[in-house]
Amino acid sequence: MEVNAQVIEQVVSAVIKQLAAADAGSTTTQAAPSAAPSAAAAGEHLELRELGEAKPGTRRDEVVIALAPAFGDAMQKTIVGIPHAQVLRELMAGIEEEGLKPRIIRVRHSSDVAFVGLTGAKLSGSGIAIGIQSRGTALIHQKDLQPLQNLELFPQAPIIDLETYRAIGRNAARYAKGDSPDPVPVKNDQMARPRYQAVAAVLHIKETEHVKPGAKPVELEPHFR
Amino acid sequence: MARSKRFEILEARDVHKDGFTKEWPEVGLVAMHSPADPKPSIRIENGVVVEMDGKRREDFDFIEQFIADHYIDTDIAPKAMALDSKDIAKMLVDINVPRKELTELAKGLTPAKVCEVLNQMNVVEMMMAVQKMRSRRDPGNQCHVTNRRDNPVMLAADAAEAALRGFLEMETTVGVVRYAPFNAVALLVGSQVGRPGVLWQDALEESLELQLGMRGLTAYAETISVYGTERVFIDGDDTPYSKAFLASAYASRGVKMRFTSGTGSEVQMAFAEGKSMLYLEIRCVMITKAAGVQGLQNGSISCIGVPAAVPSGIRAVLAENLCTVWLDLEVASGNDQTFSHSPFRRTARTMMQMLPGTDYIFSGYSAVPNIENMFAGSNFDIEDIDDYMAIQHDLQVDGGVRPVSEDEVIAVRNKAARAMQAVFKELGFPPITDEEVEAATYGNTTDDIPARNVVEDLKAAQGLLTRGITGLDIVKALAKNGFEDVAQSVLGMLRLRVAGDYLHTASYATADFRVISAVNNPNDYAGPGTGYRLTGERWEQLKSLPWALDPKDIGK
Repeated sequence: MEVNAQVIEQVVSAVIKQLAAADAGSTTTQAAPSAAPSAAAAGEHLELRELGEAKPGTRRDEVVIALAPAFGDAMQKTIVGIPHAQVLRELMAGIEEEGLKPRIIRVRHSSDVAFVGLTGAKLSGSGIAIGIQSRGTALIHQKDLQPLQNLELFPQAPIIDLETYRAIGRNAARYAKGDSPDPVPVKNDQMARPRYQAVAAVLHIKETEHVKPGAKPVELEPHFR
Repeated sequence: MARSKRFEILEARDVHKDGFTKEWPEVGLVAMHSPADPKPSIRIENGVVVEMDGKRREDFDFIEQFIADHYIDTDIAPKAMALDSKDIAKMLVDINVPRKELTELAKGLTPAKVCEVLNQMNVVEMMMAVQKMRSRRDPGNQCHVTNRRDNPVMLAADAAEAALRGFLEMETTVGVVRYAPFNAVALLVGSQVGRPGVLWQDALEESLELQLGMRGLTAYAETISVYGTERVFIDGDDTPYSKAFLASAYASRGVKMRFTSGTGSEVQMAFAEGKSMLYLEIRCVMITKAAGVQGLQNGSISCIGVPAAVPSGIRAVLAENLCTVWLDLEVASGNDQTFSHSPFRRTARTMMQMLPGTDYIFSGYSAVPNIENMFAGSNFDIEDIDDYMAIQHDLQVDGGVRPVSEDEVIAVRNKAARAMQAVFKELGFPPITDEEVEAATYGNTTDDIPARNVVEDLKAAQGLLTRGITGLDIVKALAKNGFEDVAQSVLGMLRLRVAGDYLHTASYATADFRVISAVNNPNDYAGPGTGYRLTGERWEQLKSLPWALDPKDIGK
């Protein structure tokens, strides 16, 4: 019980600090890593180099992709076995297709997709971010929304394919440009629960084990092989 | 390795599409007992619980404090906690121990003690106990009425058919939130056309759900969730106290309501603290009782894929239903979500509640094809209804639905659609065409009905809220357009909340608006020949399957 209260306090104080940092003006010189390789690069192997603490972005043409604590690291594929490398590539390609720049960060203080996405949005120069968990659950978030609000939510990870991830990237970029795109068509499968619910719970528990209370988000540079 | 043909065939079976996992007690992925579950204990000083289940009062989380202060009866607790758990389990099964004795005893038991008692019992014993312990004598059933397009005409027609088939309560929800007021009105009209007295609700975000209830556009509410660990409560910006406050808001307007909880929700959110799903669910049941709420929807509900994946998980789901009725609460006992591809597993799971009978066996049964079910699909849907009635027929068990003729169904569907047409016209909503009425009368899904102008509908649905339209406006619209009988029914439903009788535990209303509940229909089961018996007129009705052959006609 005390542990819980502590964890919550740490999370809250971390969020407040981030808010304060964001409000203090985004003058921090944190350019999006220009060396980020093109999303067109092939390969199923993903290496994510850490570049230090992620700071609020200044470029209005960037869309943050905020990864949950284990994505592409302790875990490497989604609940249906799609390699994280391919998922990330499609998200990036979708953003680039719209002429915007993807920027990758890892959120470490929460595994909740709402907080992962919102943390990314608050660091995004455009105020838009995609949040994604290792199991594949994703959303598009905007910096001035409540955590449980969002622009688009893709809750059924088992039925999100690569084409949909690319469309999510595309739509996030469109929101960043100030457009009001049609939401990405969401598929619904009533039999996804019987098949995947318990596995999804286990994956979420495992990802949550990598949560570091109070840890700041880190900037990442992706390398695909 | 060469493959065995037999194993290849087995792997292709439906059951292999289901997710099964081994237990992982350290994170709470375990059904009924985890090494981290506390040992039962209680210490009371000056009428205050100072220690419960091995934890001192100063270390209580807010759930434990709520239970210690508002659930535990400190006069009963010392004696109750001193009893051996196995002996209590025997009392639950024993037809010679009256129900009342056990509901009194429960007031003195802690969560860990109840968990220990339930762990002594197998499913047959638990079913015996549910049969004895449910609060109302007559079993009943609830259904879902939804569709993918939130089509109001189809909703009304489906609601009318479901009411005719015998469901006592019906629940809708939305695909698009802004449609919510129309969905409520569609069930209001449809339910009362199908069978006056049927209760209906609209499962929504809490404040909108309350608002529709207060306006008389819904008759009860159920989507008020409680959880077994503090962390999950906090994630939802809630506490047991805020939920109790919400419950009192419904009571203040005379609107029936129950809470919702279920095994697996805490582990699903990764905050089970290593406790078993059942132990955490027992805490939810006690929160409900402590908040003064009359009933609970449980039986895992939307997390059913989690307990169903681990050993003894479906047994745990029955155990949570049993815990609910033992604590003298109404139970709407789940069976309301897809959890298996296997028809055998689906049926076995539902027998646990259908055979002993509960207040609402399903919460709910999908009265529409599952493809239209916006609760992500139920364990049984309308296309299974003849199978379900065959089980009633085979076992002489009342599952809460009755055989109907095609003519009757067509008639009530048509009347509901026309009544909706009249209400929409009178209130200036986008018109419902005769073509839509026809399609809703004979259709099976929204594929069979013309698409509506969604933008106009949504505008009008929001207008319904801003114009301050209430249940009484619907009554007037119906009366003015030749639906005097339906208007009388809706008015009858509004009167219920003034009288307040249906706030009693485990209520439903008859076609002449008499309330049947645990107060005037108490369960008096005490072994063979007692309690609810499917006999007489009701049995004549349920055993008469329309497709059964008459021996007199065979060979003619």
